Amino acid sequence: MAAYDSVFSIIGPIMIGPSSSHTAGAARLGSLARALLGETPVEARLQLHGSFAETGAGHGTDRALVAGLLGFSSGDDRLKDAFEHARDAGLVWSFGTVNLGPDVHPCSVRFVLRSAAGETLEMIGSSLGGGAVRITSIQGYDVDISGDFPTLVTVHEDRPGLVQEVSSLLTDHAVNIAFMRVARHHRGAHAFMTLEADHELPAELVRAARAIPGMVSARALPRLA
Amino acid sequence: MQPTYRFDTMADLVALAEGNGITLAEVALRHEVALGHHDREVILVAMRERWATMRRSMEMGLEAPQRTMGGLSHGAGQVMSGHRPVLVDQTAAGVMARALAVNECSAAMRRIVAAPTAGSSGILPAALWGAQQRLGCDDEAVVMALFTAAALGMVIANRATISGAQAGCMAEVGVSAAMAAGAMAEMAGASPDAAIQAMALALKNTLGLVCDPIGGYVEVPCIKRNAIFAIHATTAAEMALAGIRSFVPADQVISAMKEIGEAMPKKLKETSQGGLATTLIGLEVMAKRPRVDHGQG
Repeated sequence: MAAYDSVFSIIGPIMIGPSSSHTAGAARLGSLARALLGETPVEARLQLHGSFAETGAGHGTDRALVAGLLGFSSGDDRLKDAFEHARDAGLVWSFGTVNLGPDVHPCSVRFVLRSAAGETLEMIGSSLGGGAVRITSIQGYDVDISGDFPTLVTVHEDRPGLVQEVSSLLTDHAVNIAFMRVARHHRGAHAFMTLEADHELPAELVRAARAIPGMVSARALPRLA
Repeated sequence: MQPTYRFDTMADLVALAEGNGITLAEVALRHEVALGHHDREVILVAMRERWATMRRSMEMGLEAPQRTMGGLSHGAGQVMSGHRPVLVDQTAAGVMARALAVNECSAAMRRIVAAPTAGSSGILPAALWGAQQRLGCDDEAVVMALFTAAALGMVIANRATISGAQAGCMAEVGVSAAMAAGAMAEMAGASPDAAIQAMALALKNTLGLVCDPIGGYVEVPCIKRNAIFAIHATTAAEMALAGIRSFVPADQVISAMKEIGEAMPKKLKETSQGGLATTLIGLEVMAKRPRVDHGQG
C-alpha cells in the first residue's frame, strides 16, 4: 500500500505547528506508543535519531512526543504545554540521542516506556513527512504499522493453528483484514503478529483474542486521527 | 467491481481525468470514496473543515503578530498586510501577507493545516485565496482545488518524498508550490494536462532547494520562503494557462527530484549542520538554542 493513499494525508493533518514531520508525526508516534502500552506511562525514555536529534528541540519534537504519550492528538492545543501536563500526570521523562543506523529514516525515535504496573514497551517509529508515520519495531520485532488502519498487535506462542484462531475471530466480528504480518526471532520462540483491519476492532474481539490459549498479549491500536 | 480511480503517476491522473471527462479534483474525490472509509459527502465536509482551518490561520496571523518558538520572526504577515504594494497588485501582496501569516502561526505552535507539511503550510491557502480573489469564485471551488492539490501531492509523496529530512526544502515548499500551481490552474479552467504542466513548471524550478533552517527552528528561511513560493506557484500557473508546457514531462521531473534528494548532502537536509544554519548569525542562534538531549522532567 502506498504511504500516502488518502487526500487527507496531503491536505492535513489539522495540527499544531511548527512541523508536520517533527511535531505532528512525533505526537502521532507518541500516541501509538501509549496505545501499545495500554495506558499513559509513568516513565518514558525517548531516544532521538537523525534529524529528530539535530533539530528536535526547535521543532517542538520533544513536547510533541510527550503530548502523544499523554494521549493528545497532533491538533490538540495542549501540545504546546505538554511538559506541564506531563508533570501533572506524574510522567517522568528523559531525552537522549541514538544512532539507529544509516538505513533508518532520519526522523526516528525509540521509546522505552514503563507502565504503573511495571510493564515495559520498546518501540521504534519513523515520521515519514507530512504527518505520516510508521512503527518499524516493537519489543525488538520488525513490524510495519502505519496507524492508517485499526491494528491488532499480538505476542503469542508459536504453535500451529493460533494465527488461524485469531483471524477467525475477526471473521466472526465481520472485521476485514487489510494487511497481516507475522514475525519471530527463532523457531519455538514467541511469535509476533500485526493485523491491520478495515474496521475498528471491538473490545470484545480483543478480549477474546487474549483468551486464546498461548496468547501472551493482544492490544488494539485505533486508527490515527 | 467499482472503479478505484487509482493513480500512481501524473500520466495516470491525466488519463483518468480525460478518460472520464472529469477534473483532477474529481478524480481525487472519487479515489477517496473508493477507499471505502467514508462516503462522498463526509469527505467533502472534512475538506471544507480544512479550508475553514486554513482561513482561520490566515486571519490569525494577519490580526496579531505571532510569537514564534525561536523568536526569529515577528509579525511579518501583519507588516506585509499593512504595506501599500508598489510593484505588484493588491492581490499578489495579499497572497504574500497570508503565506507569511500562516507560516508564522505554524512557527508559533498555532493550529494550521499541513499542506503537504507544516513548514510549507502557508503556500496553498495563500495561493488559493489569491486565485479566489482574481476569479471571484466561491469557497466550494476552493475546496475542490484542495482535492486537485491533494492528487498532485499524493503522486509526488509516493514516488519521491515530502520529507525535508529526506530531500531538502524542494520536498516541502517545492511540492507545496507545485500542488498550488496545478490547483490554481485547474481552478481557473485549465485542462487536466495544463494543470499538470503548471505543477511540473513549479516543481522543476525548486529542484535542489535545501533545508538548512537556522537554529533548528522552522522560521528562517521558512516563513518568508512561503510568501516567495506562493508567488512562484502563481507564476507557474499563469504560464500554464498561457499554454506554456514543461519541456521535461511531469513524471520525469519527479524522478529527478528523487535523485537530487538522494544526492543532497545530509548537512543540508533538516539537520541545521550547513548552509544558512552555519552562517555566522546562524551559529549565534544555534549557540543559544535548547538541546533535546539535556531535556528531562
